[in-house]
Amino acid sequence: MEKEKHHIVPYKVYFFILLALITLTFMSIGITQINLGGYSVLGALIFSTIKSVLVLTWFMHLKFDQPFLRFMVGFVALVFLAVIFITFLDYYFR
Amino acid sequence: MEHVTQHSDPHFDQEASKLGMWLFIFTELLLFGGLFIVYSIYRFLNPESFQLASHELNPVIGAINTIILLVSSMTIAMSTSALQKKNKGLTVLLLEITIMLALIFLINKYFEWGVKFEHGIWPGSSHLVNDMSKGEILFFGLYFVMTGLHALHIIVGMIIIIVALRRVQKGTVNPDRPSLLENAGLYWHLVDLIWIFLFPLFYLIH
Repeated sequence: MEKEKHHIVPYKVYFFILLALITLTFMSIGITQINLGGYSVLGALIFSTIKSVLVLTWFMHLKFDQPFLRFMVGFVALVFLAVIFITFLDYYFR
Repeated sequence: MEHVTQHSDPHFDQEASKLGMWLFIFTELLLFGGLFIVYSIYRFLNPESFQLASHELNPVIGAINTIILLVSSMTIAMSTSALQKKNKGLTVLLLEITIMLALIFLINKYFEWGVKFEHGIWPGSSHLVNDMSKGEILFFGLYFVMTGLHALHIIVGMIIIIVALRRVQKGTVNPDRPSLLENAGLYWHLVDLIWIFLFPLFYLIH
């Protein structure tokens, strides 16, 4: 355990991630201004997902953590998606 | 003369405390996840009412709050780097900025909710119950519950960050024992993560 060195992320990396997150925020605002019907919520959710991947990977240090943590986060995300999918199957085919 | 050293070695496992924090974060994700599922089903069933009701929300304030939270996430992430670089002063400064940003977020939220109250919209208000459709009632119910629960997390996060800040100043959180600060950071990023989804789903319906 002792030999594991903590990875120090440079400040500027965090700053660039912030810039990317703000850009994506404006892009998601932009896409919902265009009238795409049902696709605009899909677009906004795609941007949100990209943003959360950035937050999880860099801000929450998953990139530098042990792989099992990434695996667990991915697993929880999959479980959540599966629950959404099954719930919508139910409502869509009623 | 024999030199007696009192050797205290309290058990400390950084990986384990991180893992514990992540397990807690998973329960939080599923708590909000459940609410997001409720939201998506009701939006699916009442698309027009949700669209109509969301015009009551101000996307500009929502966007400002989004940016405030994103910046605060950056500052707390930077504070962990500053701690590892043994720059205590900068760590403290970055944590203070984070707390200030959290406070500004809450102040915005206060005014935002205040406008809703002025318009007669709050859970169970007569304007909401008598004049609005079922879908709009559901939208505002979810809006108040989800942003309220989120705001509660902001308050809890602020308390945790204040504790971490104190411990950094006292030196009990230090480059060898950074777990409390790192876990405070993880919690704060979770709060950010939830807002990343709340913002487009409530403010950006057109």
